[in-house]
Amino acid sequence: MSYFEFLVAHGDLLLSGTLVTAMLAAVSIALAIVLALTAGLMRLAPAGPVRWVATVYIEFFRGTSLLVQLYWIFFVLPLFGLSLDKFTAGFIGVGMNLGAYGAELVRGAILSVPKGQWEAALAINMSPLTRMRRIILPQALVIMLPPWGNLLIELLKGTALVSLISVADLTFQAKQINATTFMSAKAFGTALIIYYVMARFIITPLMRWLERSMARKLGRA
Amino acid sequence: MEQAEDLSQYPLELTGKNVPMVRFKKVAKRYGSLTVLEHLDLDVAEGEMVTIIGPSGSGKTTVLRTLMTLERINEGVIYVDGKPLTHMEKDGKLVPASQKYLRAMRSKIGMCFQHFNLFPHMTALENCMEGPVHVLGIPRKQARERSEELLEMVGMADKRDQHPSRLSGGQQQRVAIARALAMRPKVMLFDEVTSALDPEVIGEVTNVIRRLVSDYNLTMLMVTHQMGFARDISDRVCFFYRGRIEEQAPPSELFGDPKSDRTRQFLSAVKEAV
Repeated sequence: MSYFEFLVAHGDLLLSGTLVTAMLAAVSIALAIVLALTAGLMRLAPAGPVRWVATVYIEFFRGTSLLVQLYWIFFVLPLFGLSLDKFTAGFIGVGMNLGAYGAELVRGAILSVPKGQWEAALAINMSPLTRMRRIILPQALVIMLPPWGNLLIELLKGTALVSLISVADLTFQAKQINATTFMSAKAFGTALIIYYVMARFIITPLMRWLERSMARKLGRA
Repeated sequence: MEQAEDLSQYPLELTGKNVPMVRFKKVAKRYGSLTVLEHLDLDVAEGEMVTIIGPSGSGKTTVLRTLMTLERINEGVIYVDGKPLTHMEKDGKLVPASQKYLRAMRSKIGMCFQHFNLFPHMTALENCMEGPVHVLGIPRKQARERSEELLEMVGMADKRDQHPSRLSGGQQQRVAIARALAMRPKVMLFDEVTSALDPEVIGEVTNVIRRLVSDYNLTMLMVTHQMGFARDISDRVCFFYRGRIEEQAPPSELFGDPKSDRTRQFLSAVKEAV
């Protein structure tokens, strides 16, 4: 069977898997951004308990395996009465895991906004909230964009693990095709290429574009 | 823990004739074991231009930073416009100021920094409008007109749509002055505003400050190393030494006939450097 015939025979499965991966990645990214921003800001809160909650979240999700976290969310939480469908369990696991990494990026970027900016905002009598929103976060965003590009690619590749809680993503479909046809090279080779294309030709250009438009906002472009 | 200070020795507010715009009363500022301000007493009258000079580490900049509330003081009370700044009244007694009280009092004070600290993600005009719109809640159109006037006054009207990264140091500092004035402060603080500038652009910033002195009824406190500028612009010059005022006098007197040996030494050292 030629590669072309392989694609004709199994293209629909690979395509549906790709769509599931893309969707799962998109929802996970949204969740990761929200969590990263929240936990990153909480880590800088003056009130101790607020900081501790964020620290526990970050330590737990960074310090343990994503795969085991997915198993927990999908297999163990139902024992406590919380049943999630596969897709939801998948994106929550991936999103929470990468959100924990993102929180540290957010925190680091906020702290690296020069002290003079905080003082200038105080000198025009800004409230801490307005200062964060109008002065600090926009500048922190520029600082953290490049590492976020890496993180999003990590996240995309991390989504492959959801196949192990039988979400029908790209990896899951490649495994199915492999199991029925034994054409391992073609099945997993195609999956590799699709992951690469999504990372290299969708996420990377998107981040580059964001970085460029941010630079323009700073009048640097 | 240091011992709590008896605050009852300080008045709840300053009354009577000739209430100074700014009063430092026995103000001490320490960083660990390092004392930066040593029970400083300093009055600045309304509309007065006071320049602070002195060797580095003498506490000059700390005076401005504590007045801007960028730093807390350890002892004493600072008054602005007759009311305490660092403290507030509660049940007839002075207690350390809350954030809310500080925000209310801070609106009387504006500051320009050595490194300008313009907001890099905003144009010159947006920098000036930021405070009026997002702190004072002035309508955009009105804030814009006022900001444009101020940029015109500092000679930056034609660069109003440029981001700070496209402006020279002197231009950035002029925008920073306009940004501070847009908040309509009663007291303006200039912290070594020409120290980071190339020599050929210092004049454009000092000229703006000269205009402020002649055209606005602002109370000003300035830290500078430009002795010539201090001499012909100030009403009074304070020479700081180790967190205290070693000598203060009108500029002609302080520069022409300094009383203290330390002042003489400092002035001659500065002269040699030029």
